[in-house]
This record gives sequence, structure tokens and C-alpha cells, in this order.
Amino acid sequence: MSGAFRPANQDSPLLRGLLLAAAVLVALVMLVLPLAAVLAEALRRGLGVALAAIAEPDTLAAIRLTMLVAALTVPLNLVGGVAAAWCIAKHQFPGRRLLVTLIELPFAVSPVIAGMVFVLMFGAQGWFGPWLQARDIQVVFALPGLVLATMFVTFPFVARTVLPLMQEQGKDEEEAAATLGASGLQTFLRVTLPNVKWALLAGVLLCNARAMGEFGAVSVVSGHIRGETNTMPLHVEILYNEYQFAGAFAVAALLALLGLVTLAAKTLLERLAGREMGGRA
Amino acid sequence: MSATTLGFGRPAPIAAIPGFRLTLGITLAWLGAVVLVPLAALALRPWELGLDGVLAVLADPRVLAALRLSFAAAALAALLDLPLGLLLAWVIVRLRFPGRGALDAALDLPFALPTAVAGIALTALCAPNGWLGAPMEALFGWKIAFTQAGIVFALMFTGLPFIVRTVEPVLRDMARDAEEAAATLGASRAQTLARVVLPALLPALLTGFSLAFARSVGEYGSVIFIAGNLPMATEIAPLLIVVKLEQFDYAGAAVVGMAMLLLSFMLLLLINQAQRLLRRGRA
Repeated sequence: MSGAFRPANQDSPLLRGLLLAAAVLVALVMLVLPLAAVLAEALRRGLGVALAAIAEPDTLAAIRLTMLVAALTVPLNLVGGVAAAWCIAKHQFPGRRLLVTLIELPFAVSPVIAGMVFVLMFGAQGWFGPWLQARDIQVVFALPGLVLATMFVTFPFVARTVLPLMQEQGKDEEEAAATLGASGLQTFLRVTLPNVKWALLAGVLLCNARAMGEFGAVSVVSGHIRGETNTMPLHVEILYNEYQFAGAFAVAALLALLGLVTLAAKTLLERLAGREMGGRA
Repeated sequence: MSATTLGFGRPAPIAAIPGFRLTLGITLAWLGAVVLVPLAALALRPWELGLDGVLAVLADPRVLAALRLSFAAAALAALLDLPLGLLLAWVIVRLRFPGRGALDAALDLPFALPTAVAGIALTALCAPNGWLGAPMEALFGWKIAFTQAGIVFALMFTGLPFIVRTVEPVLRDMARDAEEAAATLGASRAQTLARVVLPALLPALLTGFSLAFARSVGEYGSVIFIAGNLPMATEIAPLLIVVKLEQFDYAGAAVVGMAMLLLSFMLLLLINQAQRLLRRGRA
């Protein structure tokens, strides 16, 4: 005992200092160093080399494809996710909990399996493979496969961010709107949406970040055709395996930046969404 | 309750808010097309080999080694993450210090970094000439990159925030007066922590463990760069699936995938059950 008064549920200053030092050490080794390693490797031969690596035609094609995949995936999952959240939060029907479980299922599935299921269906020896081949339609090793695999892994993000908030807010306001004769769309646009807009935006950002950064699932369905079916994370792998470390880490740094911006935006939006809960969060 | 009774063709019990059928329809179509039908392919394709064929794939030493490695490394990584995650959550919730907000935000980094980025970053860090790899080898003779230790380290990285973020809210909501009461009744700080605080945190720790474990079993991008990928030694199950698909062994790949999913669901169910017992014991 140091003798100085302190509440019974508080540890001694020495112990607190030790805990803090240990926590900082863990965070440094496990969180800060990996991020610093990416940036250091990317800039090892100077910013010019890193930027030149990003300006390579194959890299630019990968960036374009990544943005295209995200631009197709996110709106589809936005519509599905919002419909699911609204349906589950604002209506009473049997099987709601089962539905929530099923929507969260993709989080429990390995990304590689998420990619594989589409190869099993649409690949050369897939269920619909011969049918598609006869009609000269490419799903696997082409854009549709990339979008499907990305949709699978980013499936729960929007619903999961919005659903708890919608449930918390109850359905009094929507019922009032319906009583006053509002249609479903009007109710959603004028009553529900304004109440959840920040949480919805956070969900969209998380969905987008994962869509752009997804590796395992698209790796299986991509076919790795340079300049055609290679997304940014896949391009990182190709460059890395070819010992083009400057390029690999430059593209990786770009992806890391996307992650950091998303993280910052998410933190901000969570604060705003907290206000949507009426200051409860 | 089965999925077929989800309300097609009969009115919702409370129809005050319109738009129920439309949104349920969109939800089911979306869920079915993107998740359920594809997963059905995973459940059905293995049986093209017949039961004997499925068992033959599962008895293949290379498949067994990969499954064993993925599950053991995931469990070990989640286990090692438990004290680290508890420490970080404790410091974030209980201590006030400059830079707390930055530390709090940094804890989500493994969620935010794309897995391929994490993969090459951890490899660069742990390689024999890396910031961590070089001192580890010089001081202890430990090799991390391209060994099973590297796999566990990568999984610890991806799993850590799951523990922190499940323990943190419970710790925050935990009534401090229980600790005060214990202290007033003469318990030492160590006794209070062991008998009051830790039991209250145990369910959250278990949940965090199972989330980190479930994620780690299937983890691919952050592992394959650091793993070395030698069959029978450092080849994880998801990588074996990729190898089999590249050899057009679709059914074999599906067998491995199905085994992974079934095993991890069974383990998660077990953990869930343990948690229920735990809660009943405390009630």
C-alpha cells in the first residue's frame, strides 16, 4: 500500500503504468509495425518509384477493375441490405431470427469457399458450366464472377450496421406515417431513412472497403489475367511473387490508405449515428 | 420454424406498415441468389464422388494435415489473443491517458487493412531481415516467416480486434460497485479480479474467442504470404482448396470446403453450449 487514498476498485499507479506500457507495446508490435512496414517498403526507393509503379498500365487496369467491381457490388448489397433490415425491423413475421442468422452466414464462411461456390456452379465443370459455354457466356474468370464472389463476402455489412439501429428506434413513427396514409416508399424515404442515414453511410463505406480489398474470394474466381481480371489485391500478389516489391508495396500502400480513410470515416459516422440514437450510444 | 413459412402468400400479422411483401421478396431473392443457392452447390457437389470418394479425400494425409493445421493454428492464435485482447480492452476502458483515442482507433486496423496487404506487411516484418524477424532470429534463434509460427502470428493479427471489441462493451457496462463491494468486504485486489471481474468477463471472452477462431479457420490472404505453403507442413486448408480447384478437382475441393464448414460450425455450437451452461451457472 502506498498510503495515499485511492478508490478500492482502482489499481496502484505502478500497476496501471505497467499495464499501459504493455498495451502500448502490444499495439506497437501487432498494429503499428505492420502498417509502418507497408509504407516503409513502398517508399524504400523513393516516392517517384512508388508512383511510377502505380502508373503502370497493368496497375491502372487493376485499379479500374477494382472500382468497377465495387461500383456494381455496393449498390446491389445496399438495396438488399436495406430491404432486409427494414423488413426485419419494421414488421412482425415468423422466422425473423432465422433470417438474421442467414444474412450473417457469409461472415462465418472462408473467403476461399465464398469464391469456390461460384466456380462449382459456373466453372468449366460447374453445374451451369456447359450451358454457359454453349452460349459463350463467361461468369467465372470474368467480371460477373468477381462481382458475385464480392457480393457474397460483403453481403452482411449494410444490413448488420443498419438493423440494430432500426430495431432500437422501434416502429412507432412508421406506424404513425402509415396511419396518416403514407405509402411504404414514402414512409421509408421520409421517416426511416433520415433516422438511420449516418449508420447507413457507415455500412456502405465498410461494404465498399471490403469489396475493394477482398482477396481470397476473388482470387478463386479471377483467373488472374493481367489487365483484364486482376483486381488491386490480386495485383499485389502477382507483383510480390515476381519480386517486384516496390510495385507490390506501392499498390498495398494505396489499399492501406483506403482502409485508413474508411476507418476514420467510420469513427466519425459512429459518433453521428450515436446522436441518431438520441444520445444513448 | 422453417424457411418455407416465411410469409409468402399470407398476410403479415400486423400490416400497419406497408411494403412488407416487397422488401421480404427482395431480401429472399437476394439471400437465395447470392448465398443460399451457391452454398447448396457446396453441400451437393462432394457426393458426386460417392461416400467412398468423399471418405478417400478426407483420409488423404495432405488433406488431414491441412485441416489439422488450419484448426490448430486458429485455436492457438485465438487463445494467445485472449490475454492480449483483455489487456488492450482493459487499458482502453479503465485508464485515462493521452493518445487513448488513437490507440482505440488503431485497434480496428486489422479489420480495416485488406488481407493481402496484411499478408505482405507481416511477411516483410517477420522475414529473416525484417524489423521483427531479424532480432527474433539473432536473440532467440526463432524463425517466424515461412513456418507454422508465422501462420499463428498472422492469425493473431486478424483475430485480435474480435477479442477487444467483444470484451470492451461488457467491461464498460460492468458495474464498478461490485468491485467496490468486494473490496469493502475485505477481498484483496487479486481476489476481486479473480472472483468478481474475470467471471463476469468470461462469456465475452468466450464469444471473442469463437469469433476470432471462426475468422481464422478460413483466413487466406493474410496467411499465404507468410506461410511457406509446403504440403504437409505449412499448407492451410483454404490454400489446399485453391490448389485442388486449379487442378480442376472440383469435387475434392468441395469436400475440403464442406469439412471445414461443418467442423467449424460444430465447434462454434459447442462453444455456444458451453456459454449457455456458464450463464446458467451464474444465474
